[in-house]
Amino acid sequence: MTKRERNWLLLLPGGAWFLIMLVLPLTVVFIFSFGERGDAGGYVPAFTLEQYANLPARLTAFENTMILAPIGTLISMLIAYPLAYQLAVNTSRKWKTVLLVLVIVPFWTSILIRSYAWIYILGGQGIPNLLEMLGIEGVRLIYTPFAVLIGIIYGYLPLMVFPIYVSLDRLDKRLLEASSDLGAKPFATFMQVTLPLSVPGIATGCMLVFILLMGEFLIPALLGGGKVFFVGNALVDLFLQSRNWAYGSAVAVTLIVIMLVTVTVYMRLISRLNTQRDDVSIM
Amino acid sequence: MRVYAICVYLFLYMPIAIIALFSFNAGRHASQLQGFSVQWYGRALKNPFVMDALQTSLMVALVSALLASVLGTLTAIGLQGMRGPVRVIFDGIIYIAIMIPGIVIGIATLIALVTVFDQINPWLAALWPEASEAPSLSMGMGSLIAAHTMFTMALVVVIVRARLSSLERDLAEASADLYATPFGTFWQITLPLIAPAILAGFLLSFTFSFDDFIIAFFVAGSETTLPIYIFSSIRRGVTPEINAIGTMVMLASLILLIIAQLILRREHKA
Repeated sequence: MTKRERNWLLLLPGGAWFLIMLVLPLTVVFIFSFGERGDAGGYVPAFTLEQYANLPARLTAFENTMILAPIGTLISMLIAYPLAYQLAVNTSRKWKTVLLVLVIVPFWTSILIRSYAWIYILGGQGIPNLLEMLGIEGVRLIYTPFAVLIGIIYGYLPLMVFPIYVSLDRLDKRLLEASSDLGAKPFATFMQVTLPLSVPGIATGCMLVFILLMGEFLIPALLGGGKVFFVGNALVDLFLQSRNWAYGSAVAVTLIVIMLVTVTVYMRLISRLNTQRDDVSIM
Repeated sequence: MRVYAICVYLFLYMPIAIIALFSFNAGRHASQLQGFSVQWYGRALKNPFVMDALQTSLMVALVSALLASVLGTLTAIGLQGMRGPVRVIFDGIIYIAIMIPGIVIGIATLIALVTVFDQINPWLAALWPEASEAPSLSMGMGSLIAAHTMFTMALVVVIVRARLSSLERDLAEASADLYATPFGTFWQITLPLIAPAILAGFLLSFTFSFDDFIIAFFVAGSETTLPIYIFSSIRRGVTPEINAIGTMVMLASLILLIIAQLILRREHKA
């Protein structure tokens, strides 16, 4: 057996698995998106663009996703940056790892359980109850866009901190000293040295969070209470409730296309903004 | 700045703490604390639905993590020696597997498998001697394990490849020069060196599978995993029992994660 044959043999089981469980399903969704709905639900083969023409019927879901996902990403970034900075620049080596692990750990535990905790905090007995004691009445938090926003920031903050931390940690601290020796004030040093050098980390973090947010289902389902829903919630509804596979497939394909286009445009913009490349990886 | 950091940590851990706190609630109301009790833990552990769901979750997580570790490692080693289009295609597939939202993977797997099963089942019935005893394929534990293996295998490939590419190529060559067979080289040199990465990949895969709700929601058929049980219970209203289950689940994930971290850390030092 030659080395090449051996490599093929090694790739065979994994490759077959990806083919059946990833490539085939995605192809099926693509094909179904041009089909029609059967009388009792499901799918009837056809070639029509009707499903795509019907997309505006679910416009609200796309609107919510495309408004709340970028806002959530931006706020996460604004919250994560100072923390990442504190960890990378102002923390002793001994504490760094511990504190960093503490940030990442929640991300790897059940998002379902972490999200439903907010039902307590934002629900009637939580913050609104506290506000009532202070004399502010009639505040409704749960099942509002605000609740969904809190949920997504909370859920994805760890993923944002990590890449920014890595880019700040790699930054040569002598550059900061040089900048201050040359008479730059701390704020000027930050704006002219630290911030530009951490752009790759910010870019990676924003992209990771944004991609995951586009496909979010759980957080709007738990904290949006059917009033604030994402494309993911529309998909669940289409496939499990109304069993409209053809239309659901068209929605899914559209979601993937929007994701791909956004990511590509975004990558272009970032690489133009910053020709300096830095590899940042997660865990 | 320090105060700010503390606030962010409070934000990250307060909800978890609240769930843990309310799980010790003596009263039956989910939102009013009425003394300390561990009764809900006892009830959760005696609830047959919870125990069934736990068993399913553990089974699925164990089998899919094992499959993902073995197949992912084989794929990573195979890719190491590959150049050209095959490698590009695999890189693309792994990228897609990780990037495509879980919800799309769940839906796509559901409709693809249901469609394929609908085609295969009549054939099985026709080919089987006793048509009424013919096996019929349906969504269930098998499809769930297959779907989780697909996604976690992509994770294992990424982790093991990172380790493989940092290995000294010289070691394997030296071993070959000393007349070790390729299999001997793999068994005695490569495998021990990548073992920590495989183990870390296994633990992450297990955690992912155990915590996954969205893929399971679509492909589990009539099976109920623990996250599916928790989700449908929350829909009916949060109870102290769910808080007790949640606390235990998070504690278990936490322990697995710390082990995975320690293994990866030791690997960095080695």
